[in-house]
Amino acid sequence: MTYELLCAGFGGQGVMLMGQLLAYAATIEGKETTFFQSYGPEMRGGTANCQVVISNTPISSPVLSSPQVVIVMNRPSFEKYEPMVHSGGILFVNSSLIDLVSQRADIETHYIPASQIAQEIGNTLVANLVMTGAYVERLHPIASESIEAVLKKTLTGRKEQYLALNLEAFKRGAAVITKTKEQTT
Amino acid sequence: MSTQTYRPLYQRPKSLSPVRNSYCPGCHHGIIHRLLAELIDELQIQERSVIVAPVGCSVLAYNFFEIDAIQAAHGRAPAVATGIKRVHPEMVVITYQGDGDLAAIGTAEIVHAANRGERITTVFVNNANFGMTGGQMAPTTLIGQKTETTPEGRDPLRNGFPIRVAEMIASLTGPVYVARVAVYTPPLVAKARNSMKKALLAQIEGRGFGFVEILSTCPTNWGLTPVQATKWLEENMVPYYPLAEFVGGPQT
Amino acid sequence: MERVLMKGTEACAEAAIKAGCRYFFGYPITPQNEVASYMSKRMPEVGGVYLQGESELASINMVMGASAAGARAMTSSSSPGISLMQEGISYMVGCQLPGVIVNFVRGGPGLGGIGPAQSDYLQATKGGGHGDYNLVVLGPSSIQELVDLMKDAFEIADRYRNPVLILADGIIGQMMEAVQFKFEIDPTTLPDKTWALDGAKGRTKRLINSLDLVPERLEQHNWNLQAKFAQAAETELRWEEFLLDDAETVLVCFGTVARIAKKAIENARQKGIKVGMIRPISLWPFPQAPFQKFMAGAKRFLVVEMNAGQMLQDVRLAVCCQRPIRFSGKPGGTTFNPEMIEKLIWDLEEEGSK
Repeated sequence: MTYELLCAGFGGQGVMLMGQLLAYAATIEGKETTFFQSYGPEMRGGTANCQVVISNTPISSPVLSSPQVVIVMNRPSFEKYEPMVHSGGILFVNSSLIDLVSQRADIETHYIPASQIAQEIGNTLVANLVMTGAYVERLHPIASESIEAVLKKTLTGRKEQYLALNLEAFKRGAAVITKTKEQTT
Repeated sequence: MSTQTYRPLYQRPKSLSPVRNSYCPGCHHGIIHRLLAELIDELQIQERSVIVAPVGCSVLAYNFFEIDAIQAAHGRAPAVATGIKRVHPEMVVITYQGDGDLAAIGTAEIVHAANRGERITTVFVNNANFGMTGGQMAPTTLIGQKTETTPEGRDPLRNGFPIRVAEMIASLTGPVYVARVAVYTPPLVAKARNSMKKALLAQIEGRGFGFVEILSTCPTNWGLTPVQATKWLEENMVPYYPLAEFVGGPQT
Repeated sequence: MERVLMKGTEACAEAAIKAGCRYFFGYPITPQNEVASYMSKRMPEVGGVYLQGESELASINMVMGASAAGARAMTSSSSPGISLMQEGISYMVGCQLPGVIVNFVRGGPGLGGIGPAQSDYLQATKGGGHGDYNLVVLGPSSIQELVDLMKDAFEIADRYRNPVLILADGIIGQMMEAVQFKFEIDPTTLPDKTWALDGAKGRTKRLINSLDLVPERLEQHNWNLQAKFAQAAETELRWEEFLLDDAETVLVCFGTVARIAKKAIENARQKGIKVGMIRPISLWPFPQAPFQKFMAGAKRFLVVEMNAGQMLQDVRLAVCCQRPIRFSGKPGGTTFNPEMIEKLIWDLEEEGSK
C-alpha cells in the first residue's frame, strides 16, 4: 500500500514539520518514505507545501501528480489544492481558518477546527499536530504509537516542555475523526 | 693540501636548484629567489616546505627551488596554499606572486587568506607592470608610467591609482607581519632578508600570516638598462611605495 | 543496519565523511546550503576541516591544494557556483589531482532561479572548462544512490587522479528519504599517494603542475590524460535497465526525472503499454551498451529531461538514427510529474498505432 499526501499552509504553520513527522514515523516502522518540500523564498510568508509518500515497497516518484490526500491549513492553500485532489481522494481542511466548503462530490472532505482545538489546549502552534492526528486516525499510514515515539525522541531538552501539548493535540485531532465515524455508523 | 684550509664563504644555497633561471638580466627575481633559498636553508625547513608558484614571470619558480612545489592558476596561489596548509599544518607553505597575479586577478584570494590569518607566507614581487605578457599596465603601475597598454602614461581618470598592497594587507587584523622592502643595494638586501625571515618565522611559530612586498625592476619592459632601472625604481617607486615594516616591526 | 531519515544535502555530506573525506571547502548558494552547515558541525567531530571560501573560485582552489597535499577533499555548489569553479577543475585535471565536486543543479542561465534543473548536463559531461578533458560524472536518482555514489566518486577520483562530478539537482538535495551508510572509511588507512606534496624529506622534490611550454611534451601529457579517460570510459559505466525486456517505447532519463518517469511507466504498464527505461547513472562515460541491447525490440525512444535537450545529444549518438527519438524538456527550474510523463508515453503510443 502506498500513501501519498500533500500538506500546504503558511510558512510558520508547521506544515513541513507535519510532513517530516510522518516521514520519521514511517522510517522507524521500516517503511519506505520520501519527503519533498517546496523550497526557496516562498517559504517565508507565502504558501509552503510538502509532499510525503509512505509505502511498503520502493517509492518511484517523490513528486505527486494529483495527490490522493491533501491537508490544507489556510485559505490560499485550499484555493490552490482543493481542485487537485485525486478523484476519490480525501481533503482535510483547517476549518478554523478556512471558511470555504468543497463543492466536489468525488472526494471525501473532513473539516477539522485545528487552530481552534490547538488554542483550546493552549497554543495555536500545535494545529499541525491536530491535523496529523486526524490524518493518521482516518488513514493509518503508520501507527499512532510511531508518531508518539518520534515526538518523544525529538522533543527533548529545552523542547521537552512541549511534548505533552503535542501529544494532546495529536489525540484531539484523532478524536475528531473517531467522533465522525461514530456519528456516521 | 688539506681541504680544511678553505672555508666556503659564498655558495649556492642547498634549496636553490643548480639550474639557470629564466629571468631577464637585471631583474630582481634572481636576488629574491636566492634570499628565499638561503632562508629555507638557514631555518632548516627544506624538507617540510612547499612553494606555490603563480602565473607571471615567476611561473617557473617551481624549477628553481629544491622543495616540493605546485603551480596555481592566476591569482589563486593563496587559496591553493590554504588547502595545503590545512592538510599539513606542520609544513611551511610559501606563495610567490607578482603584482599582476596578486594585486589584479588575485586580490580576493590574498585579502581573504591574509584576513583569515592563514599560517602561510607570501612573497609579493612588485615591478609595476605585467612582465611576462610583455609589459602591460598592472594595478601597481605608477601615475604617468608608460606601458604597453598605457602608451600616454597611466591616467588616473581612466585607470585609477596604483594600489599600495602592503598597506592594504596591513589594514587587516589577520596578518602578523607585513613589510615592504627592496633589493637594489646591499644594505637593502640585508633588510629584505631580515623581513622575509620574520615572515617565515611568523608561520613556523604558528603565529599567523606573513607578507613581504619586494619592489623589483623590470628592465626589459621598462626599456631601461639594469642600472637605469635601479635608479628609476629608487626615484619613482620608492617615494610612492615607502619601504617599511607595517605590522610586526619594532614600532608596532 | 540502521536507516536514518535524512535530507539529500546532509546525506551527501555524511557520505563524504564516511568515504574518508576530511576536507570540505565551499561557498553558500541555494539549494545546497545544508551541505556546508552540516560539514561545519561534523568535520570538527571527526578531526577534519570545514572552511568557507571567499568565493567558489577560492573554494575549488582550496580543494586543489588539499588534494595536492594528499587528502580526500571536496566542494559542493549549485550551477552559478559550478561555472566559477571551471577554472580550478581544469587545473586539477591538468595537474592530475583527484577531488569530488557536487552540483545540485538549479535553473539557469545567469542567476536563473533556485528550482531543480538538469541544465548543466553538457557543462558537466563535455569538459566544462578549457582544454581536452572529461570528468567522470555520476547522476544519482535517490538519496541512497547519492550516498553510495559519494564513496564511488572518491574512489574513482583517486584511481584516475582526476576530479569526479556528482550531478544532482535541487529535488535530490532538498528531499528527505531513509538511507543507510554501508561504508565507513578511515582516511588514515588509505594507501599513500606517492605524488602528494608532504615535504621533500629523504626524497627528491615533487612538483604538481599543469604547465608545459614545450608543445610536443604538452601533447604527450594530453595523450596520457586521454589514455586515462579511455580507461575510465570502459570501466566506469553505470546504468539501470527498467522494464526493458519487451519495451517498445524506451524512455531515457537520468536523476530525479528518471524517478518520476518510473511512476509514469508503472502506471502505463498497468494499462498494457510496453514501456521501459534506460537510466544512465554514469553520464560520462555515457552508457551506449543498453541502447544496442534493446534496440531490436524498441520502436521509439523518448528522452525526458529538466532542460531543453542536453542528454538528448548523447542519446542521438547512441541510437545512431536507428529509431525515432522524441524529446520533452522542462528548462528553468520546473519539474515533471508522473501524469505529464505518462501523457507523453500515451501520445507516442497513439502516434505509433496510426
